[in-house]
Amino acid sequence: MKVKYFAWVRERIGKAEETVEPPANVRTVDDLIGWLSGRGEAYAYAFEKPKVIRAAIDHAHVKPDTMIAGAREIAFFPPMTGG
Amino acid sequence: MTANVTIRIQQADFDIAQEMAALTKARTDIGAVVSFSGICRGSEGDEPIAALTLEHYPDMAEAEIARHAETAMSRWPLTGLTVIHRVGRITPGENIVLVLTASQHRQAAFQAAEFLMDYLKANAPFWKREEGAAGTSWVDARHHDDAAAARWTKS
Repeated sequence: MKVKYFAWVRERIGKAEETVEPPANVRTVDDLIGWLSGRGEAYAYAFEKPKVIRAAIDHAHVKPDTMIAGAREIAFFPPMTGG
Repeated sequence: MTANVTIRIQQADFDIAQEMAALTKARTDIGAVVSFSGICRGSEGDEPIAALTLEHYPDMAEAEIARHAETAMSRWPLTGLTVIHRVGRITPGENIVLVLTASQHRQAAFQAAEFLMDYLKANAPFWKREEGAAGTSWVDARHHDDAAAARWTKS
């Protein structure tokens, strides 16, 4: 699946998007944050406060307990500050 | 007549009078147009701001604004609406966002404009970075923006 990062999440990880193949036991958005956090210091720093991180699956907001099966694109970003 | 819905995300500035004319053109069923513009301030508290840079998630931003536009159209008897959100570097005094709502009567137009702005601030995937005296920093989300959006979902 494709993963995208925005704003300071993108800056901390050092890339805007990548393709990942998480193992089968990574079932929810929260699981994915935990799994990504284990990929290195940059990821651990980006996701150090997981409760602050917002997520979207295929361009719609989702909650941390949402299942990721079937997702084409998952995005992680800080709370929005537009308008 | 069908509703006139315009949604745009762009770097360029917009002309409010031109957008209002486009929204009301060739119609005689509109009695009220409400216009809200968000403008870049030159300071945040005591801190001067040289510019804002707006980042966004293009595909989701369009989808999210379209969803909120549909909700507004279904909740209030609107004849049309316009949402324009700028991205990129914006300096103090420049426009950031425009919401126009048109209806037969003012109440629907006022309420729908406020609803759209509250939802945009809390849910549309845009992020502001400020250029201040001490360098650049991401703007923190305000809790009252979430609260402002939440009140539209209560009964």
